[in-house]
Amino acid sequence: MFKKFSPSTDIASQTPPKSSVQRTIRAAVLAQWQLQPETLEQIWPKKESLTHVKCREHISIYTVNSEPFFFQYFDGPFYPTLRLLHKYPFLLPKVGIDRGAIRFLLAGAHMMCPGLTSAGGYLPPAEHQVPANTLVAIHAEGKEHAVAVGMTKLSTEEMRKVNKGTGVEIATHLGDDLWAIQVL
Amino acid sequence: MSSTDQQDQEVPTEVVQPVQVLYCEICTFPPEYCEFGSSFTRCKEWLHAAHPQLFEKYYSEEALQSKLGTLSLEAQAMLEKDTAKKEAKAEAKADAALKKKMASQVVIKRIERNKRKYVTAIHGIEVFDIELKKAAKFLAQKFATGASVTKNAQGQDEIVVQGDVAEEVLELIENNTGIFKGIPAGNVEIVEDKKKKAAE
Repeated sequence: MFKKFSPSTDIASQTPPKSSVQRTIRAAVLAQWQLQPETLEQIWPKKESLTHVKCREHISIYTVNSEPFFFQYFDGPFYPTLRLLHKYPFLLPKVGIDRGAIRFLLAGAHMMCPGLTSAGGYLPPAEHQVPANTLVAIHAEGKEHAVAVGMTKLSTEEMRKVNKGTGVEIATHLGDDLWAIQVL
Repeated sequence: MSSTDQQDQEVPTEVVQPVQVLYCEICTFPPEYCEFGSSFTRCKEWLHAAHPQLFEKYYSEEALQSKLGTLSLEAQAMLEKDTAKKEAKAEAKADAALKKKMASQVVIKRIERNKRKYVTAIHGIEVFDIELKKAAKFLAQKFATGASVTKNAQGQDEIVVQGDVAEEVLELIENNTGIFKGIPAGNVEIVEDKKKKAAE
């Protein structure tokens, strides 16, 4: 999503949303992420106003103190930025990829099932399976921090069964143009 | 005092403190991912100098051994080759960019707007990592005139200052201080642009 993104040409407008809209966003974030209200309060204090940065192709980035905080595609779920995820790694369920897949991921590829099911990969056990179309944090074999944020295309059990094709669609990864933007 | 103490005790059970993540100063990745970046050698040097323990953790013999993990030797060799290639490419790119920067011209244009009235257009300084908006503001303040960032006919951004200040701007750039730092004086030229007579 952020393979090519430059603030000067791709940003249409920056506006603070209404406080009622901010309230709904806050509620939605709490519902979508594994997050306590108190912790959210620390990331995004009530007093700090959110800024809605509208970008081309229906991407909206939300910033707090002009730092990108999360983003959204159309009216979809809120993706945390990778930097936020590094600070609060528990926000999203985790999946892991093997070492061989890292370099493809960093080149912007979606994650295929074999990379997740192989010995180096990690999928949550069957009783905690992640359904399809859920946000996940992607970790890499032998690494501590997350490397990408994506959305599952299959549930994790299906990934094990099918073991072919795209398993997780990548929204943002380490080193893409959203990563390069530290302040908007 | 007591109230804050209470808060201190209550809060930690609920609020989770953020993890402090160290980022490489060279490639901005967490250092464990430097090996996939395009400046691995420099990243390694930086980590070695700034955080020797971490360097030991990531690049000691055992660490390299265990890192191989499930990956086959060939795949690892491939990866290393790839990294080296990427690095060379990035270096070449940086070199080319620097060359281009050094060769690019800054043009100060004196434009006759009306008899005895001039505007000065400064074009091409954005290449030298100068923020046009800030520079315009600075010039406006300096000369107590209007200065703005506008698109010229070619669609490129330039600074337009009211009044004939070409010589002064040239001097400012040659001094190479303050906001105009980093522009080689040899690359600046003054051009005069007379208003063409209205075409018939």
